[in-house]
Formats: sequence, C-alpha cells, structure tokens
Amino acid sequence: MKGFAKYKEQILRAVFALSALAAILAVGLICVFLFAGGIPGMVKIGVFQFLFGKEWSPSDIPSAFGILPMIVGSLYVTAGAVLVGVPIGIFTAVFMAKVCPKRLYKLLKPAIDLLAGIPSVVYGFFGIAILVPLVRSLFGGNGSSILTASLLLGIMILPTVIGITESALRAVPGELYEGAVALGASHERAVFGVVLPAAKSGVMAAVVLGIGRAIGETMAVKMVAGNQALLRLPSEFLKGVRTLTANVVIEMGYAEGLHREALIATGVVLFVFILIINLLFSALNRRTAK
Amino acid sequence: MTRKLNDLILRSLTWLCALLTFSILIFLIGYILINGIPYLKPSLFALEYNTTNVSLLPALITTVMTVALSLIIAVPFGVFSAIYLVEYARRGNRFVKLVRMMAETLSGIPSIVYGLFGSLFFVFWLGWGLSLLAGSFTLSIMILPLIMRTTEEALKAVPDSYREGAFGLGAGRLRTVFRIILPAAAPGILAGVILAIGRIVGETAALIYTAGTVAQIPENPLASGRTLAIHMYALSSEGLYTGQAYATAVVLLVVVIGINALSAYAAKKIVKG
Repeated sequence: MKGFAKYKEQILRAVFALSALAAILAVGLICVFLFAGGIPGMVKIGVFQFLFGKEWSPSDIPSAFGILPMIVGSLYVTAGAVLVGVPIGIFTAVFMAKVCPKRLYKLLKPAIDLLAGIPSVVYGFFGIAILVPLVRSLFGGNGSSILTASLLLGIMILPTVIGITESALRAVPGELYEGAVALGASHERAVFGVVLPAAKSGVMAAVVLGIGRAIGETMAVKMVAGNQALLRLPSEFLKGVRTLTANVVIEMGYAEGLHREALIATGVVLFVFILIINLLFSALNRRTAK
Repeated sequence: MTRKLNDLILRSLTWLCALLTFSILIFLIGYILINGIPYLKPSLFALEYNTTNVSLLPALITTVMTVALSLIIAVPFGVFSAIYLVEYARRGNRFVKLVRMMAETLSGIPSIVYGLFGSLFFVFWLGWGLSLLAGSFTLSIMILPLIMRTTEEALKAVPDSYREGAFGLGAGRLRTVFRIILPAAAPGILAGVILAIGRIVGETAALIYTAGTVAQIPENPLASGRTLAIHMYALSSEGLYTGQAYATAVVLLVVVIGINALSAYAAKKIVKG
C-alpha cells in the first residue's frame, strides 16, 4: 500500500494521459472502419461510376450504384438551409447582442438553447405536421420537397448560427461601436457598418458550422424530403430529393453485399465532406483568435 | 433621408427576424403540447408495450439505461483527459494540440456516421449485435468531445490562486486536483454532463442501427431496446399512432426543457462560485 501511495502521482498521471488518447483512438477507429468498409465497394463499382453515376437502383439487375443524385440532393437542401437560416440567424444574433434589453435577454437566451436542444425527430415530426401541408397548399406538389427540407433545416441551424455569431459580435471591442457613434453614425449604421464587418470571420465560422449541421442532419430531413433517388434540377425545388444521410438511414436496415458496401461508401463521402467543413471551421476560428 | 430609411429597414429586419425565431419556437412547442397532451393517458405508461396501449414507458426506461451506460463510459474518459490537458500537459504541447484537434473532429461528425461506425465496429466486428451496449458505446464516443470541452472550460475557470494556495500548503498535484480543483469545477462539469444527457435523449440516427428498435425493456446489456426518440420515430413512420407520437413528443420536450433548465442552473453556480 505504501508503494502505491509513493507511485500514486505517477500512476494517475499516466491514467490521465491515457484517457486523453481516447479521442485520438476514436477518430482513428472511425476512419479505419469506415474506409475499410467503404473503399473496397467503391473500387468494385468504380470510383467515377460511384461518385458521378446518375442512377441508384440497388435492386435492379444489373444494379447501379451512382450517388450523384444524393450528393446533389445534400447540396441543394444545405444551400436552401443556408439561404433560410443564415440571414434570419444573423439578424437575430444582432438583436441578441446589440438591441435586446437585458431583462428580455435573460428570457431569450435559454429559448435559443432550447431550440438547439429539441431532438431532430421532433423537428421532423413538426415538419410532417406543419411544413409539408403548408408547402403543399401554397405551392402544390405533394409537399415533401427540396423546399420543405430547406425550410426545416434552416430552422434547425438557427441556434448554431445565432450562438456563434452572437459571441463573435460580443468579442468585437466596444471602442469600435463607440467610435462609430462618436463620428455621428446611427446605432444601426454602427452595428451593421462597423461591428458586423469586424466580426466577419466569426460570422463565417457560424455559417460553416451551420453547413456542417445541415449536411449531416438525417432523421428530420428524411421525414420531409420525399427521398426519391433522382437527379433534380434547381428548378425542381418542389419535388422530392434524397440526401446522402437519408440514403444510409433508409437502406442500411436491409442492404447486403455490394449494396451494403455502397451505403458505407456513401457514409465515407459524407464523412469526407464533414472533414473538409471541419478544417474550414478551425481555419476560420484560428483567424478569429488572432 | 435615405440614410434614415436604411436605418429603419435594418432596425425592422432585426426585430422581425428575432420575432420570427422566437415565434417558431413558441409555435413548435405550443403545437406539440396542444396535440399531445390529450393523448397522455395512463395506458401510455403501462409496463409492457403492445399494439393496443402503445406504451412509452419501456422506451423511457431504456432511455434512462442508455443515458446511464453512456455516461459511465464517457464521463471518466472525458473528465480525465480534460484534467490531463489543463492540469498536467505543458501549454502548446504537440500532443495537446492533437487531442484538441481530434476532439473537434469528433464533435463535427454527424450522428448517422456514428451510427454507421457503431454498426460496423460494435455490432458486427465485436459481435455485440443490436444491443443496449453497442448503442451506449456509440453514444459515449459521440458525447466525449462535449464532456471534454465543458470540463476543460470549467477547470480553466478555477482561479490559479487555488492551485498556488494548495501547492503552497504542501499538497501534491494529485491532491490539489481532486481536493481543490475538481470540487470548484464540479458545477461546470455537471452542466456539460447534463447537456450530454440532452444529446443522448434526442438521438436517433446513431442508435437505429446500433441499439435497434425493439419496443420492450432490454433484459441485459446485449439485448436490443429503443429509446424514447427512436420510439417516437417508429410511431410516426408507422403512421398509425399519430396521437401517441404527439404524446411521446410532449414527454421528450418536457425532458429536454428540464435538462436545459438544470444545465443552466448548474452553469450559473460556477459564475457565483
């Protein structure tokens, strides 16, 4: 026992250091298993065929595994989500940081946190119950569409965009605002003309993280997007589309053989997209820190 | 004159967007409460699930089990690695940078990718099958970066004078960490753990192919079970029990609101302390 007491410091130091390895180990395992599970299938199908093939028909003979419709689908709904969520999010962040009275703020801040905490199934359910019928009655079609998914995702990325933009706005030194006002600028002009541009890289980081959320969202999108694995044009925004995430979650339950490998490879493509977005995000964060 | 108009437009847009954001939240919550509360009947809380009562109690119990298991795995790793990063490692150390980068990567990975990995690794490669254990391990990786980050922040918020005081009185590093720093940082760590619980409770995509969708309480860690969120997803995609799906959404929302309030309360404690 005395021996343990003597080495306790060293032993626990080692335990702490080993625990810190967990995150590295986890990323390593995820990479190994995803790539080992997905790359062989991608090679069998043909990398070009897989990434740029326009047809996804796993049960046909011969089967076709082209995920271009899903890549494009993910890009559409993500772009839509940015169009909906980013402007609303930035204006709301300006409201939170520069306009909102303190007492109201105490009420609204938890509300934004709550918006972030609502599970995606609940959002999806809300989408089915409200947005799908709304889009159907306003624009026709059956309601499950690129537009519906964009609206829902736009709402879902709001807390992310608001949170990061708000802290970026708060990080801008107060002298900038005061200086602008002292030079005769109005409150709005000082906020939108001076403070917001000064927080530019923080706002960009918010947008990038919002894109990451939108492209990775699965259940809510699957519930409202219609999920047809067809290559759509941007003008067909009232028709259904399938995202990369939906492709995995819809078919993984029963897929076998090459079909299964193709789905894992879909996950790999999604993973690579996310890694690129992560890199962008941390590059922007580094710039903000400077 | 145009400048005044410009200001007016910007000001109205700011108010309008803020109003829109909060009305969406209020509408969403109100809509689900109004449609769900009438379906909150005692039969919904029967111990056994069957197609006549569509009970959510087994799912609720499974959720509690999943939360407990995931936390047992993730909290020690998360807290210990944060202790290492903040209290032991030298600042700017290359290992520290790598760990932070990996944690950041983990926090950006979408839940469906976790689900895919969990299915490949825990369910098939380790042969655990669709099970509570596979689901909990998958989720514990998912919440690891959250616990690491909040613990790190909580540790950094403890003033250096505490450490200097402890060292000055002759305490070793270990004693300082466990007796002085961890107690002071506890509310912040707790706030992070509560947030992690919120993520577990709301998770679906990472669980559907790791823990599965069986509607009964799992008898052992290697049995499959569905959490509340999965239960709600199953109900809404079957399309037969819309009312019960609303009621499940009410329970989910109440849990999430409760968790958020708890986390905010815990976080407030650090500011005071």
